[in-house]
Amino acid sequence: MSTVTHPGPGDTTTVAPAGSAKPRPIAEFLSTYVFSKDHKVIGLQFLFSTLVWFLIGGLLALAVRWQVAWPWSDVPVLGKLFAQEGGQMSPEFYTMLFTMHATVMIFLVIIPILAGAFGNFLIPLMIGADDMAFPTLNMLSYWFMWPAFLAFGASFFVEGGAASSGWTSYPPLTTNPAASPGSGMGQTLWLIGLTFVGVSSMLGSVNYMTTIILMRAPGMTMFRLPMTIWAMFITALLQAFALPVLTAAGFMQLFDRSIGTGFFSPEGSIINNEMTGAGGGQPLLWQHLFWFYSHPAVYIMILPAMGMVSDIMTCFARKPLFGYRPMIYSVAGIAGLGFIVWGHHMFISGMNPALGMTFMVSTMMIALPSAVKTFNWLGTLWGGRIQFTTAMLFSISFVSMFIIGGLSGIFMAATPVDIFIHDTYFIVAHFHYVLFAGTAMGVWAGIYFWFPKMFGRTMNEFWGKVHFFLTFIFLNGTFFTMHILGAVGFPRRLADAYHYETFHHLQPMNAFMTYCAIGMVACQVIFAANFFWSMFYGPRAGRNPWNANGLEWTAPSPPGHGNFDVQPIVYRGPYEYSVPGCEKDHLMQTDPPLETAVAAAH
Amino acid sequence: MRNRLAGLFWSLLFLAVPVLGVAVFAVAPSIDVWLPKDVSAHGKEIDSLFYFILALTGVVFIVTEMLLFWFIWKYDVAARGEEKATYIHGSHTLEVIWTIIPAVVMLFLAIYQMNAWADVKMRRPVMKPTVEVVARQFEWRLRYPGPDEELGTPDDLFLVNDLHVPVDEDVLVQLKSMDVLHSFFLPNLRIKQDAVPGMKIPVWFKATETGQYDLVCAELCGWGHYKMKGRITIESREDFDAWLEQKYREQEATQPNPQEDML
Ligand code: HEM
Ligand SMILES: [Cu+2]
Ligand SMILES: [Cu+2]
Repeated sequence: MSTVTHPGPGDTTTVAPAGSAKPRPIAEFLSTYVFSKDHKVIGLQFLFSTLVWFLIGGLLALAVRWQVAWPWSDVPVLGKLFAQEGGQMSPEFYTMLFTMHATVMIFLVIIPILAGAFGNFLIPLMIGADDMAFPTLNMLSYWFMWPAFLAFGASFFVEGGAASSGWTSYPPLTTNPAASPGSGMGQTLWLIGLTFVGVSSMLGSVNYMTTIILMRAPGMTMFRLPMTIWAMFITALLQAFALPVLTAAGFMQLFDRSIGTGFFSPEGSIINNEMTGAGGGQPLLWQHLFWFYSHPAVYIMILPAMGMVSDIMTCFARKPLFGYRPMIYSVAGIAGLGFIVWGHHMFISGMNPALGMTFMVSTMMIALPSAVKTFNWLGTLWGGRIQFTTAMLFSISFVSMFIIGGLSGIFMAATPVDIFIHDTYFIVAHFHYVLFAGTAMGVWAGIYFWFPKMFGRTMNEFWGKVHFFLTFIFLNGTFFTMHILGAVGFPRRLADAYHYETFHHLQPMNAFMTYCAIGMVACQVIFAANFFWSMFYGPRAGRNPWNANGLEWTAPSPPGHGNFDVQPIVYRGPYEYSVPGCEKDHLMQTDPPLETAVAAAH
Repeated sequence: MRNRLAGLFWSLLFLAVPVLGVAVFAVAPSIDVWLPKDVSAHGKEIDSLFYFILALTGVVFIVTEMLLFWFIWKYDVAARGEEKATYIHGSHTLEVIWTIIPAVVMLFLAIYQMNAWADVKMRRPVMKPTVEVVARQFEWRLRYPGPDEELGTPDDLFLVNDLHVPVDEDVLVQLKSMDVLHSFFLPNLRIKQDAVPGMKIPVWFKATETGQYDLVCAELCGWGHYKMKGRITIESREDFDAWLEQKYREQEATQPNPQEDML
């Protein structure tokens, strides 16, 4: 693209940050910003798309919270949008809301923002490559998200509304349309959307693996890679091995639904007073296949964030990462064990209880690498020179919150205890601590940290900290209380639980949580304003605003097409901060070895 | 030394996590947002395992969060003057220690759970089902075997949502579903088991106190999931028998041949 010359001054080899208003031929505009094969543009396309879905997912969550706190009362503002019964929501609508909230957050936000946005933007820059191994595949991986965006988006408007059987899509509720009267295309579109997300992830993961294996700069050995890249690499492996199972299962469910194959339906059911078809299938089969993908997927949803947080923490603690190799081994351990723990989602599903016992052991074991990582993060902070930048605050909070999410996992891994807390708010607390308080905080850390590289400008630190502070307070107000709701047995996914004697006194607590949730979504306005303002008016950042060590910081901000102006050569690992006998407190991966530098000075 | 206010502020924010976290759990029982009353024989074991894990994770939570707080307070750049950060890449000894200790603890924890799990889900009492529960959208259909203690005979008793069981006796429920997944959740008896179409799943418990409690559906089963509510009444053997008899007479009077339309 950059080989096309056109009149006018200006550096044609630089992918200009948005806002440069030079008249360009449409074709060139399309190939630069729309059907671009440049990994940075694709990364930003993923970033913007997923942030938009993040907003949609957040609003869906507020509607869910509204119903949980004040069942059957008129929904303010949003009620007008979906007013059926005069602004009050129906139970069908509520089930659709939480289904689509989870679907959007998992498949259209967390997974694509980590792998698609950060993976794309950072991998070539951090390993010293000029682009991905397969730029065209890379472009396709973004454009395959669009059929998914459209399928999920359109499903809100089809008759009967979007999917409403939970993000786990358990049959026979999903395979037999009669089980949810009035539901139409929604569930089918959901399955189609899921398939496209899968295709996109698969294209990305093949690309990431190849790029990381083949395109590292000279001197960049595997054990000199930053943790972000290790995490992206292992995430790509997880995707590649787990996704085919989900895709196959998704097609089976689609066939069950559309042509009655009956993979997941037993014979002799009576749904909605009608005998069902021949059957011959097993509902539990879906759960096995689904979780065989979706448990590894929960790590797909956090490992890259763990990697980014490790890199950011070392930079702002000015210290080498504590236990670099153990950190890598524990990521690998999580990935390996991640394939043999899926049954912990099925302890009380009717699965053989003896099998439940073995899954309990493997699940307890997977807490181990998570613990090792936590200890190493603490070790990294110990003895550092900690700078409280916004990115650092988000990173520290990632560690603090991940501790909570990891520990609550142990309760549910204990099968007897899980009998009581399964499908209660305890689980809702658990996965929001790992996914929101963990991954989303890691994502914000990553945005504040790499924003200068993405747009050549820095975000406002003061407003960044305000954003951090409010988000942190509100998220704990919303999610921490869910643990004790779960201890009462308060079930998830109930449109109204207060008619149960056991739960009717919990409404005030739920109202409190909803207020916090509203605050949490509202304070994202600060983030959005800061983000867009800084993109155009933020202070210009040099190549290396944080004095960090990685290769990405040797490239211009933002890097032009091809990334580096000189081929980077790597002499050391990424965490050489505060090296004794070195004047600067950081030694970049490309700085020539100390001895030669010292020798040259003599 | 530079201004440490910012460091103080952020350290305290992270200190608030363990402080308020512990406070929430400490206050919860007194405001009745806590484990509901347990009236089952096996529930004590489950609850004590819950408390055991709570204590264990509580200690880890407090220690790690306090270390986090302490490190960011102590190693704030403003407190460090000209001193460089410690140049250290890790410690083999520490890695070994903090791998082995949690590994042993986690393994112990897993083994420690097994007996309770086996009691609730594996060691089924040898007896005929007390009642068959057939879940369907959105109600619990019950079938008692009647005097001959056999399900599927003409003296079966059919009821909806109104589950009665005798106190201090083993109860065996045969759990089925007619349509989609449901989950048979008795919070006060620490029982939860999914009902799966095509499967007959045994559920057993022994209630230790008389009373009336909720029967909740805990697995999403469609739009009416939230209202799939039943009640369980735990009563003495005499009351239970009398109740069965009375219900049976009512059924005879109203419905000549009820099992025709049942599965
Ligand atoms: C310390 C390690 C962890 C352990 C021991 C653990 C354990 C568990 C268990 C046993 C369940 C099933 C609970 C039930 O359904 O009764 C569960 C659910 C879940 N976990 Fe974890 N977990 C851990 C870490 C994570 C991480 C890192 C993530 C994501 C980033 C995660 C995401 C989830 C999600 C999304 C669910 C709920 C799925 C659903 O039912 O909708 N977990 N976890
Ligand atoms: Cu899992
Ligand atoms: Cu239900």
